[in-house]
Amino acid sequence: MSAAHATGPVRRTPAAQLRRLPLHAGAALTVLICLFPVYWMAVTAFKPSRDIQSADPRFVPHAWTLDHFRTAVQADGFAQFWRNSLLVTAGAVLLSLVVALGAAFAVARMRWRGRRQFVLAVFVAQMAPWESLIIPVYIIARDTGMLDRLATLTLIYFMVTLPFTIIVLRGFIATIPAELEEAAQVDGCTRLGAFRRVAFPLLAPGLMATSLFGFITAWNEFAYANFLIIKNQENRTLPVWLSSFQNTFGTDWGATMAASTLFALPALVVFLVLQRHVTSGLAAGAVKG
Amino acid sequence: MSAVREHTVPRPARRRPGRTPPPPAAGRACGDRGGPWPYLLVAPAVLGMLYLLLYPLARAVLISFQDFRLRELISGNARFVGFANYRTLLTDPRFWTVVRRTFLFMAVNVVLIMAIALLVALMTQRLGRVWRTAVLSSLVLAWAMPVVAATTVFQWLFHSEFGVVNWALTSLGFDSFERYPWFAHGTAAFAILVTLVVWQSVPFAAITLYSALTTVPAELHEAARIDGAGAVRVLRSVTLPMIRPIVTLVWCLEVIWTFKAFVQIWVMTKGGPGDATTILPVYAVQTALSSQRYDLGSAASMVTVVLMSGVLVLYFRQMFRQEGEL
Repeated sequence: MSAAHATGPVRRTPAAQLRRLPLHAGAALTVLICLFPVYWMAVTAFKPSRDIQSADPRFVPHAWTLDHFRTAVQADGFAQFWRNSLLVTAGAVLLSLVVALGAAFAVARMRWRGRRQFVLAVFVAQMAPWESLIIPVYIIARDTGMLDRLATLTLIYFMVTLPFTIIVLRGFIATIPAELEEAAQVDGCTRLGAFRRVAFPLLAPGLMATSLFGFITAWNEFAYANFLIIKNQENRTLPVWLSSFQNTFGTDWGATMAASTLFALPALVVFLVLQRHVTSGLAAGAVKG
Repeated sequence: MSAVREHTVPRPARRRPGRTPPPPAAGRACGDRGGPWPYLLVAPAVLGMLYLLLYPLARAVLISFQDFRLRELISGNARFVGFANYRTLLTDPRFWTVVRRTFLFMAVNVVLIMAIALLVALMTQRLGRVWRTAVLSSLVLAWAMPVVAATTVFQWLFHSEFGVVNWALTSLGFDSFERYPWFAHGTAAFAILVTLVVWQSVPFAAITLYSALTTVPAELHEAARIDGAGAVRVLRSVTLPMIRPIVTLVWCLEVIWTFKAFVQIWVMTKGGPGDATTILPVYAVQTALSSQRYDLGSAASMVTVVLMSGVLVLYFRQMFRQEGEL
């Protein structure tokens, strides 16, 4: 990375270290502000209720308890909502990967009339104003009997993630030299076989970045899940459950934080494990692709 | 990073201007010519975009020109009323208050996000390896926090009785914050929502700007410094112009993403107290789904889309200029 700022094992004089003090203070502040809400959520979830409802908050709890997690897990339908979220997320991600892979291949490797218009449409679709489409989608779903169904959510999340997936995969496919596949074809592979054996493995980082994005989008989505699942409460997903959790559990902040922790955990773990791909791939990809 | 890589890698098949189909290259056995395959491959994506995006959008436009309430929702056959809904909307002072508030919310958020993100990015670039990893990891962690979970946590942080923020402010001597009910005061609730949105948005902006900064060649900095430029001057005349395209893109995205704050607002305050945190998408959904005025809600949504499209055009222009070709 930036070699200009000597970051290696260079010994710094005390004066130089002093000069870098504001920098490190700023860094420490950034870390603190980023992490504190997450830390506070987890710590509150593990604290006994009397410590939570005290005028003097403890930053490191002296007693730990799993009671709040028990309350959250035993709450009505917890397993059901967890399963719903998982189903919808997995369905949307898989569907979007399959559809996007085909489209990205056609765009990056084939020449056809309308290709340019299609790419333009995908770029526009990526910026679709989903917040402004809740009303018509609700009405359409109602007219076609698709309200209260997980399939509806799956379809919508698929559409939300599809454009980004196409854009990123297209970029990845374009950087794989077509000659590699051609060589495989000369050696007797079919076109599909050549793609599967040669290009597909090289696509792994792209597939990972896009499924990560799809996972986060679908796992988090609240608005559509809230307004399209109305009567059949069994089909709610975790974010909606969490948002109503407070109403059910009112002042039980320990349980609410435990529920939040359980809901946030998959996303946090996935992000941390794949951090390097996230920072480079997703950041650059989301801006341009 | 990948933004740079794609620019430097020559595309295998570069199109000529004027869209004349290039002569079939020798050795390209198949694929470069038409045939049904490409159309079959993009068909699912096209169908999805038509049915799940274009159709709802068209439907919203249609409804915004109809008299569409609960009765029409159940029985169908809505009546066309021309621009009546838009007239009702645009003569409603409450609607204009909401529009003004939307712009205020957007301006405060975007200015704060861009300023903080740029500072964090510049700082991260100057850090040593260990600190840099620590900062980037915590940014990623804050970024990964699901929206609804973060919103819930912020409600707990700002809880009037046991919230840690009130405790901290009281301990610092601001006694007026003892049991201060943040969510009962319009301005305070607005401020919390801004804080929440900024906290969630800075990581993406900072990480993106940081990766843009790492692509600025170090030689440029050195050259400027040798020429006698101070740190501020280097930043203003070398670094910022180099990363300006990315800054513009991030700026556009953050403006557009302001409307996504719908979720935070709906979960935290539902637009309240009173109307204090109602921005356009919240107003539209309230009007449509709570008051069953689907026609007015759709009209408000369409106004939102029109307002957004200005920034969208700017975003696409910048992106295609950078991309060069599609």
